[in-house]
Amino acid sequence: MKRKYDVLIVGGGPGGALAARTAAEKGLSACLIEKRPAIGVPVRCAEGIGKETLKEFIAPDDRWISAEIDSARFVAPDGTSMTIEQEMAGSKVGYILDRKIFDRELVWQAAAAGADVFVKTRAVSPLMDDGSLKGATVAFCGEERKVGADVVIAADGIESKFARWCGLDTTVPMRELMSCAQYVLTDIDIDPHVTVFYFGNRIAPEGYLWVFPKGDRTANVGIGISGRKSKDGHRARHLLDRFITDSFPQGKKVELIVGGVSVCRPLPCTVADGLMVVGDAARLSDPMTGGGIANAMITGRLAAEVAADAISRGDVGRDALIPYDDGWRSSSVGKSLEKNYRIKEVFIKLDDAKLNALIQSASRLDLKDFSVLTLVKELIKRNPKMLLELKSLYSVLK
Amino acid sequence: MLVIHRDICGYCGACVSVCPEGALELIDAYLTVDDHCTACRICTRICPLGALEVADEAKV
Repeated sequence: MKRKYDVLIVGGGPGGALAARTAAEKGLSACLIEKRPAIGVPVRCAEGIGKETLKEFIAPDDRWISAEIDSARFVAPDGTSMTIEQEMAGSKVGYILDRKIFDRELVWQAAAAGADVFVKTRAVSPLMDDGSLKGATVAFCGEERKVGADVVIAADGIESKFARWCGLDTTVPMRELMSCAQYVLTDIDIDPHVTVFYFGNRIAPEGYLWVFPKGDRTANVGIGISGRKSKDGHRARHLLDRFITDSFPQGKKVELIVGGVSVCRPLPCTVADGLMVVGDAARLSDPMTGGGIANAMITGRLAAEVAADAISRGDVGRDALIPYDDGWRSSSVGKSLEKNYRIKEVFIKLDDAKLNALIQSASRLDLKDFSVLTLVKELIKRNPKMLLELKSLYSVLK
Repeated sequence: MLVIHRDICGYCGACVSVCPEGALELIDAYLTVDDHCTACRICTRICPLGALEVADEAKV
């Protein structure tokens, strides 16, 4: 490890890996540190990603694609279901990854591009000089050392601390933290190319339960519920266990995964002097789906591009780095986060009767003929009692 | 005070994200709590596994 790098990246997930790879490709000296002893584990993810977004960053490879998805099924509290095929769902349809291999591949690419990589190495505190950020103190096996950097990219995920140490408030409101549990369940009967989403205030309050295929008879079966709905005896794990007992009693649990996903709005500002915050650490996971991989990769790459530009000009102050914040906020990332935040706020207020009515009326339509917008219009016609909710949904979408 | 039941904890870090005081930190597979903790119980609510508990000082 050198004493000084152009860019220090805290965290070895997809956001950190793309930041490191991009920085190295731009000719910067880059150092990526990961506090865990291995890249990619433990998994904290349902592993779904849209095909088109993924292809912008890496060529699809069977080694880390567990399943290819061609449709999505939505199940109402009363069991009614509707299916959206690939043509209509667009980029929502994609791959279920094997994050253990995928994350490792991305970090290997960063290393191959010239970035230094250190595992079991964590940031202990920001390195301050004359009031401005100049790197980080890092620790490896109890040994602390100072690593200088012109820019630090905080890619430290949902459990992010670095940005907070630098003065940004990253606290996720309790109601906007999805408390999640998931098993890799094997020896179960599933459709290996369909993702299934279960809704309902009994099954997954203010969230959803998912079955994402990982092969012919294996799936990620998981649940996310709002933090405010989580309590003793009624936590994510309990609700998931109940569902599995009812739906997959013969399933074998070969992995338990837990985690938190933020469904709040992004941090008000994702840069400070010498600091950029990317991915889940910046609260950029999608508030509607909970997906975080794509936005992490997009913002990781953008952060490194802006850092390269700022470093070449010799100014890494907040104003010099703000094009990163402006960049993602004004792009499809920022727009889609805001839109999906507002859709989520409509959906979490629906009671089970309304969820049933919605999915029942949608299931009677031939969805091939509809865009999402015309679908909502059609649902308004068929559900006059839900005019208020559906109108607000329509105004968000149009 | 906050008690961490390490036999239950899945070291996922969800609690770290909701702590208003920044009192929690996940060091690989080991969750730590420092003296900024105000026992507000937000983390005990959101834990997916129920590994966190605010215990009565007198009983600890």
